[in-house]
Amino acid sequence: MSHLRVDLRQRAEELVALYPRPRSAMLPLLHLAQEQDGYVSPEGIAEVAELTGTTTADVRGTAAFYDMFHLEPVGKYVVGVCTNIACLLAGGLELLDHASSTLGCAVGSTSDDGLFTLEETECLADCNFAPCVQVNHRFVRTTTPETFDALVSELRDGRRDHDIPTHGTLLRVRRAGGLHAPKNEIAQQREEAKVARDKRAEEKK
Amino acid sequence: MTDVKSSVTISVNGRSLEAAPGELLIEAAERAGHYVPRFCYHPRMEPVGMCRMCLVEVEGPRGATLQPACYLKVQDGMTVVTDSEKVKKAQDGVLEFLLANHPLDCPVCDKGGECPLQDQTLAHGSGETRFIEEKRHFVKPIEIGELVLLDRERCIQCARCTRFSAEVSGDTEIAFSGRGDQIEVAPSPTEPFDSTFSGNTVQICPVGALTAKPYRFSARPWDLEQVESTCTTCAVGCRVAVQSSGNRLTRVLGVDSEPVNHGWLCDKGRFTLDSIDGNEESLDPLSASTRLREPLVRVNGELIATTWGSALNRAAAILQDAAKSPNGVGAIGGAALTNEGAFAWERFVRGVLGSNHLDAQYDDGLDGALLQSLPKATIDEAANARVVVTLTGDLREELPVLFLRLRENFIKRQNALVEFAFASSGLHSLATVSMPVRPGEAHLVAEALTRSDGSLLKGSNVTETELNETRRLLGESGEGVVFIVGRPNVAEDAGVIESAVRVLAEKFTSATFLPALRRSNVMGALDMGFGPKLRPGRGYVNDDGRTTLEQLEALRSGEQKAVLLLGCLLGNVLDVEGASAALEAASVVVVSGHGGKTLEYADVVLPAAVQHERQGTVTNIEGRVTAVTAKIVAPGSAWSDVAIASELAEECGQSLGLASEVQCAKVIEETVGYPALSVLNDASDEGSVAGRTKERVERRPLDPMAFPGIRSTNTAGLAEFAGAVVEESVSASSSPVSATLSVVSAGRGVEVPAFDAYSLVLNVSRRLYDHGVAVQGSPALSNLVAKSTAYVNHFDLDRLGLATGDVVEVSSPTVTLNLPVALSDATPRGTINVAFASVDENGDDVASRILVDPSSAITQVRLETK
Amino acid sequence: MATLEAPRIVTARIDYDDSYTMARFLATGGYEGLRKALTMFPEDVALEVDEASLLGRGGAGFPAGRKWSMLRRAPVSYLVVNGDESEPATFKDHLLLERDPNGIIEGIIISAYALQVSQVFFFVRGEFALGLERVQQAVNDAYEHGALGSKIFGSNFSLDIVVHPGAGAYICGDETALLEALEGKRGFPRIKPPFFPAVNGLYGEPTVVNNVETMANIPWIVLNGGEAFAALGAGRSKGTRLFALAGRVKNPGVFEVEMVKNTFRDLIYDPALGGGLLDGHTIKAFIPGGVSAPWFGPDMLDTPLGQDEVGEKGSMLGSGSVVVFDDTTCVVRASWRITKFFAKESCGQCTPCREGSGWIERIMYRMENGGGRMEDLELLLDLCDNIAPGGGWPPQQTTICPLGPSIPSSVTGAISMFRDEFIQHVHKGGCPFD
Ligand SMILES: Cc1cc2nc3c(=O)[nH]c(=O)nc-3n(C[C@H](O)[C@H](O)[C@H](O)COP(=O)(O)O)c2cc1C
Ligand code: SF4
Ligand code: FES
Repeated sequence: MSHLRVDLRQRAEELVALYPRPRSAMLPLLHLAQEQDGYVSPEGIAEVAELTGTTTADVRGTAAFYDMFHLEPVGKYVVGVCTNIACLLAGGLELLDHASSTLGCAVGSTSDDGLFTLEETECLADCNFAPCVQVNHRFVRTTTPETFDALVSELRDGRRDHDIPTHGTLLRVRRAGGLHAPKNEIAQQREEAKVARDKRAEEKK
Repeated sequence: MTDVKSSVTISVNGRSLEAAPGELLIEAAERAGHYVPRFCYHPRMEPVGMCRMCLVEVEGPRGATLQPACYLKVQDGMTVVTDSEKVKKAQDGVLEFLLANHPLDCPVCDKGGECPLQDQTLAHGSGETRFIEEKRHFVKPIEIGELVLLDRERCIQCARCTRFSAEVSGDTEIAFSGRGDQIEVAPSPTEPFDSTFSGNTVQICPVGALTAKPYRFSARPWDLEQVESTCTTCAVGCRVAVQSSGNRLTRVLGVDSEPVNHGWLCDKGRFTLDSIDGNEESLDPLSASTRLREPLVRVNGELIATTWGSALNRAAAILQDAAKSPNGVGAIGGAALTNEGAFAWERFVRGVLGSNHLDAQYDDGLDGALLQSLPKATIDEAANARVVVTLTGDLREELPVLFLRLRENFIKRQNALVEFAFASSGLHSLATVSMPVRPGEAHLVAEALTRSDGSLLKGSNVTETELNETRRLLGESGEGVVFIVGRPNVAEDAGVIESAVRVLAEKFTSATFLPALRRSNVMGALDMGFGPKLRPGRGYVNDDGRTTLEQLEALRSGEQKAVLLLGCLLGNVLDVEGASAALEAASVVVVSGHGGKTLEYADVVLPAAVQHERQGTVTNIEGRVTAVTAKIVAPGSAWSDVAIASELAEECGQSLGLASEVQCAKVIEETVGYPALSVLNDASDEGSVAGRTKERVERRPLDPMAFPGIRSTNTAGLAEFAGAVVEESVSASSSPVSATLSVVSAGRGVEVPAFDAYSLVLNVSRRLYDHGVAVQGSPALSNLVAKSTAYVNHFDLDRLGLATGDVVEVSSPTVTLNLPVALSDATPRGTINVAFASVDENGDDVASRILVDPSSAITQVRLETK
Repeated sequence: MATLEAPRIVTARIDYDDSYTMARFLATGGYEGLRKALTMFPEDVALEVDEASLLGRGGAGFPAGRKWSMLRRAPVSYLVVNGDESEPATFKDHLLLERDPNGIIEGIIISAYALQVSQVFFFVRGEFALGLERVQQAVNDAYEHGALGSKIFGSNFSLDIVVHPGAGAYICGDETALLEALEGKRGFPRIKPPFFPAVNGLYGEPTVVNNVETMANIPWIVLNGGEAFAALGAGRSKGTRLFALAGRVKNPGVFEVEMVKNTFRDLIYDPALGGGLLDGHTIKAFIPGGVSAPWFGPDMLDTPLGQDEVGEKGSMLGSGSVVVFDDTTCVVRASWRITKFFAKESCGQCTPCREGSGWIERIMYRMENGGGRMEDLELLLDLCDNIAPGGGWPPQQTTICPLGPSIPSSVTGAISMFRDEFIQHVHKGGCPFD
């Protein structure tokens, strides 16, 4: 029985079909499992293992390599504050301290109300808005302690739900379209192109 | 393979040396005496170049650069320096980095004293640590499986264990998790690390990160002594180093034998030492974990201890008395003996008692004469064959290291596997063709393969496409094909597989066969004549010797009065009730190292030495004869089988002429030309394959991580050479002939009843962890016995309206059992699979095998929901 | 004064608010390069790129044309686009992904045509949720528009692009680690040899990996010719390039400027670019090409923005990110944070990288927070030497991938340029800037 919801399971199967080998769908599938559960749950791991033809130990080990996958439940909002070089020069470490006291949780932990998990992130490639902050992987480009606090109260009040999805949702745009030409047709096209190319190369000589 | 240059010349530290093209620099350098330190490199796994310990300077376009010797392949003209200042600094640097986060717990670490990290630190380290920071912390050892503990603080991230799991055993039950210096080895979040091969990860771990529960804290390496021997837990014959501390066995390590096990072992072979040492408190002769220490005789219904003299006297009286009436006596068992033990007992039964009724199998194998008549393949040949066809049980469960060797053939060499798929198998996912064969059908499938149409297979699950693909792979004559033949289903008459084997052998005359009988030295026992129609040295005589089943029947009818049991019977036979009745009716002499339920019927019990307590030779599935070495002394007054047989013969007023194991081996070799003494004399040898010409295989240097410098080792046996084969095929003494397909009667047809559409055909298959002595006597393994479950295909589950977990009544003509069902599409449609021995959720023994109807070639059962 | 006459090749449309939409894309010359390319023979398209002498923009600076020519015309081969941008203070690809996804896709389709591959995997850093959505939208629109899928624009060329989200691991920017991630594994860089994915790439098949910005240059090159591109810049560094400027400057941001014709001084001080340092502050040092690159002092400000020009001075242009330190910057703290990054992002395979980064980070932290000892300086330098022996540039390495030898860059740079500041930390028992 599928742990993934029917719609997600269908997307999962579509994802697997995109790649020459099922295992290649590992990261997108883990994102999907996280989209449903908010974190990569043991059940999610088992389903990804099944879909990719691997083992649960392998999936877990792979997931744990990547920072974006949480193997333990996290808050509704995962707040990341960058302290890497550009943000460091713009007060990122201080902002992180501030965030910790505003949210009432230490870096790497979840607030008691289960709303926020605070993380220190590496460079988010948004350095012209240093120090940068991400909430559920949406850049909020908040830079000062004051705007940070404002953001937090908006989040608490649910006033940002329209642009910040719940944790785990990565892509809200689904793939539409794809290569409908049969594989053998493409092989044939390539073969023809190659013949033509060889002929031209021959002529050049 | 166009550029066939047979060797290249490289320069190492200014000396030029020859190397094989494509050889790894680390190996070429080592052969020439330049040992390059290493951690992650393992000769039996793909190099990954991760630990960076093996950096050496290699001349290149950008001058001399540091390169990993374990990863680089030699190239003609390569110039290498392994001992420069720069190399030394790099290697010392790596060592220092490895130690930075490594805990300082050597005094309490299992690996202390035999740790390559410790050794190299002592040899090269500065002695002064520059690391004053807080070390990385993890929870100290976590139990990741039934047998293995993991201490992540000690891990040096060499990936040997994780690579073993993914690359060699293929089950990936552990994997790296995390990143950077937080990287750790981790099991599945939901399933324990219970791989059949988990112990190998402990052996190849260079540090004390992975430890084996059974060995932990049991000894310090400097107290250990070791000898090389052969594991006889199953019939693969893996080479092992057996270690003991005083007279207690402590550890078994796999030795890298090129033709056999490549250094690997299964967990059963590795962790059964407790059963050999025995539970010292237990005196209950009916318990399998009791080691028998003294002879016992039955007096007034009680077994009481006695002297060897009176026990032998009593046994001789019983056997000789029974031998007076024609066909009055026989022997059952013997697969656990050495070749010498089997030879001695064969002489005793045929020579002293004048009986031809002796059988080393319990009707759960295949006809010995038929197997003798087949052209044989070696394990290596099977592991390199173009096509392998399996007609056997799940090799991962039955002959685990053979499974590993074969797996490599399909993964690395991409050769083809055709499965007669009777139930789930570890190789299933690698099969090119998997033919779902029902019990009672294998011979028909074999026949269909020899024809161009599949009309013989009405109602079968096997499709014409599968047959065609198999025919294509087999070719006309079976050139390059190895058939692996065993007994997939003990609920099926052996005649089914025997017929199939005969059909295949007659048609595919260029193919070879590898027998997959699983019980320790069963091949040796058969070679020593321990079966109907068999004679020592693979001789054949068309006598009327009885099989085990036939003997039991004769015992019940009273025609046979007494039986000599070599080992325990009741734990091994299918028809326990029938066997009990037979023993009840007869006089019984048991020769055994362990107690067991069988002893309830014994009149005399003679205690014998078991593996690691005796010297001699054994023969594995491929016919390779290797030496076994005594590491410890048998407990109490237990004797070796050669001694017991000889003394019993003396008691009967005759002499076997076999005063010792060595003499016995000599007699075997002289009388029937079977390699025994020659193997025994050179215990360091990889043995000889009976029937083949001798060739010496150079043995690789031992993996220094798995065999670090153990002090005070008796290295007798850890040899430089592997594999030697005797000149000639064994010569038969005067009357016996060699078995050939035309003289052997087995496999000439079998009567299989029609399939009943309302029933499922029963498949009783073997699991590695069963209820044998080895598992019962080893607390470490006993939790791994399978939970009893009936596996059914999803079509049948749907048809019967069942779901996994439902408990059903399974009724056979003999008995009704309640079993939970589970889905397994590896089980062919219309069949049901249960384990020979399993336990219910309370851990109680469920002998699913009692479902078997011994009177029929197949057993059909019905399922009803409760 | 900066030389700013060069055309904007990859940022032409990003000033529009709706620059990422298909409508704006089409209104600003979208797919014209592709349409033109499809009228050419594939090898002629490749020839233009070769003539442009476009150096890869991902960091290693390998000529794209040469890389393409290594792709044997094998039956199965792949083009993989590297949008993992995670080098600290590098944020140029991020900008392109969010502001001109269609332009990148057009470049990809043209490149795939030139290479005659029918399957592209576009690996985009996972944290770029918005960028990922825009890229996926651009791909969807391209299918809709007939620019992707079967028989593109009626030609005989078919192509499929799969957008593959990363999941947070800097090391996956390394092309071999990226391929591992694309195969669904942990992002462990592959050991060399083979040196190029063109030999043994995705699934062991020949594969070309190119950076996002590299791709974004392709439509312009096809439309205007390789020669026009090569007319910009000088030496081996042709065309324009995106520079991400961050740190203590007035206008941090991404600037497209002609290579070599401009210097670091131009980039940092020109009012149209960085606008100089924050008021009242003076420059102390800068990183010329991402945190993996050795640092430069103010004496290097007049070095031209060119690959070889920077290389000759002992550093690299790398990912095109320039970070400016001023008189308020504590170099111990800065290099500690960079080392912390490497410690966290080391994949964990190689002992020197895995353990060395963590060890150095802990020493630097101790020093910044008051526990420094004089002997730590020599220890740091020696540990760095054990990771990258000899200390030269480009570095020798004891590791599989170049992340290892990147660790020492900031440490040895900081110690050699600002030894006094380290000593002050030791003497003061803490950070003098606190
Ligand atoms: C540690 C490391 C990180 C890298 N990160 C990136 C990256 O984020 N984006 C990128 O395009 N290239 C990155 N590279 C370079 C790639 O390996 C590769 O050279 C590049 O993608 C090739 O594209 P190009 O030739 O178009 O530059 C990185 C290399 C290393 C060693
Ligand atoms: S140098 Fe570091 S990041 Fe690169 S492969 Fe080695 S451990 Fe991984
Ligand atoms: S890197 Fe060669 S042995 Fe580990």
